[in-house]
Amino acid sequence: MSKGTLFDKVWDLHTVKILPSGQTQLFIGLHLIHEVTSPQAFAMLRDRGLKVLHPERTVATVDHIVPTDNQARPFADELAEEMMQALENNAKDCGIRFYNIGSGKQGIVHVIAPEQGLTQPGMTIACGDSHTSTHGAFGAIAFGIGTSQVRDVLASQTLALSKLKVRKIEVNGTLAPGVYAKDVILHVIRQLGVKGGVGYAYEFAGTTFEAMSMEERMTVCNMSIEGGARCGYINPDEVTFAYLKNRDFAPKDADWDKAVAWWQSIRSDADAVYDDVATFDASDIEPTVTWGITPGQGMGVSELIPTLETLPESERAIAQEAYQYMALNPGTPIKGTKIDVCFIGSCTNGRLSDLREAAKYAEGKQVATGVKAFVVPGSERVKQEAEAEGLDRIFQQAGFEWREPGCSMCLAMNPDKLQGRQMSASSSNRNFKGRQGSSTGRTLLMSPAMVVAAAVKGEVADVRELL
Amino acid sequence: MSQIETISGRGIPLVGADIDTDRIIPARFLRSITFEGLGQQVFVDDRTQANGQHSFDLPQYQGAKILVVNGNFGCGSSREHAPQAIIKWGIQAIVGESFAEIFLGNCSANGIPCVTAAPETVKQLQTWLQENPQKAIDLDLAAMEVRWGDSSAAIYMGEGPRQMLLTGTWDTCGQLLQNRDRIESTASQLPYLAWSH
Repeated sequence: MSKGTLFDKVWDLHTVKILPSGQTQLFIGLHLIHEVTSPQAFAMLRDRGLKVLHPERTVATVDHIVPTDNQARPFADELAEEMMQALENNAKDCGIRFYNIGSGKQGIVHVIAPEQGLTQPGMTIACGDSHTSTHGAFGAIAFGIGTSQVRDVLASQTLALSKLKVRKIEVNGTLAPGVYAKDVILHVIRQLGVKGGVGYAYEFAGTTFEAMSMEERMTVCNMSIEGGARCGYINPDEVTFAYLKNRDFAPKDADWDKAVAWWQSIRSDADAVYDDVATFDASDIEPTVTWGITPGQGMGVSELIPTLETLPESERAIAQEAYQYMALNPGTPIKGTKIDVCFIGSCTNGRLSDLREAAKYAEGKQVATGVKAFVVPGSERVKQEAEAEGLDRIFQQAGFEWREPGCSMCLAMNPDKLQGRQMSASSSNRNFKGRQGSSTGRTLLMSPAMVVAAAVKGEVADVRELL
Repeated sequence: MSQIETISGRGIPLVGADIDTDRIIPARFLRSITFEGLGQQVFVDDRTQANGQHSFDLPQYQGAKILVVNGNFGCGSSREHAPQAIIKWGIQAIVGESFAEIFLGNCSANGIPCVTAAPETVKQLQTWLQENPQKAIDLDLAAMEVRWGDSSAAIYMGEGPRQMLLTGTWDTCGQLLQNRDRIESTASQLPYLAWSH
């Protein structure tokens, strides 16, 4: 059993009670809500005559269903408009802070909470969205919950949970040019599998993560859930503190020093005990893309799509399903695979540094004929900052569309969807069958820089050749 | 809220690893402020592609209560719409090789046991169900075994969710609210609450 890790310390501090079932009643420091998984929870509260216990500890925004082209109200999609109004009313009725479209603070929930300094080390954070693991980048224990649990947090600011084990994932060394945080996490998931993390929290440690910016760390923690781990985190350090300093909700003045001292104290101890440790070498990681229908079906861009014989027995059935769905042949290169749609955005890779890096490759280039390419900033603030730097013009001159913030085609609940069998190069997090809005659409996950390379070449390409 | 000890009924096999929540209920059906109507849409894209041959469309499995699946079932999104869709179709319990964690928690919160069994048990059970779609199986959470035909095998689940089902306390909301004083005293020990809003 783990001992002395950040996970143990934060878990213990937030433990309200051990319930008769043996589960822990855990206090939730920050609750984030959005329009898709909250309306039913508010309805359950109303049915039971319950109130929101700590409305000041919940923050709402709208991201999943918002259109990224025309955001004028009412939305063209009546169902989306209804969800939007439900959230507006629920937030207003319950006294919950709501960052609506046009507030300057709206965006993907996992982008806006960090950028405003709401996300801080040592917190427990819950949200009705599996990518809540993102916030672990700050040394918070953050995890996705379902709607009944959203109800529980609204009503009691607590959850009934079983404690997770802790696996340390250590990656050491320097990433080669053209290799990004996205490649690191795709590599880890490829090695440990999509269910390898079930029952675990992942602690990402080692010099590779230490050298990453906060935004890169968020990309890594964001995809913990794709490896089966409900939460992933990185111990807070000077990079974390520098990022937080002067953010809207960051502690100020005398509180700042107190906060930093406390944040230091919750780091995993040097002699912490882990339930498991997995170690990787950064120099083994190359630009990585997925070829199949799970995020664990990844490969280096210069490799060949794995043949059945090279895969463990337990992965062969899903590989066969993937060859067929993707119409890709084992033993052939992924490089050169024709791409129809290129999407840059999402809670994984829709932050300013992602757009800067992508723009670096897009500058002076042209999107290949027949390819639809678009960039969706993760938040209104990201959009504004990107525009102030002229990134929008670089993308548009290269032939990318420049959109309004939202989740967009990552899960295609808004009008941004693949059509038919289209193949997409996507900076998002899931390549599941049908994920991007067409029941036969196909998704290749990769870094934003690799998406630009694919857009420019019209096929899967190695971004290092554009360096 | 009822105590859940044994679930008996016909079973339905659904073969395949890593069946994610986007497949269980595609995102376009999440555009609603209720969980109504999800029962008809469960697995809709898979069913369309299977052209009537998907388990959920086969006449012999209509009315089944116990779903038998393979590994990492329910991976992906946290959407409770996924268990809701399965429940509304008629499922009351799921046996599988393994489950994604958020999905399992969502099922537990709705009084639906997700129990695991050895891969060979799951395979045997799926094969038996293909041959005996009209016969009932028993899922016994007290004895922690699944019984079918002349066979039985051990099943497993976390002790927390198991106790909640056995004692009828799987709807956690009321229970959590009973500890109001402890909630506030825990909060008062958290330094960040003073500076983070």
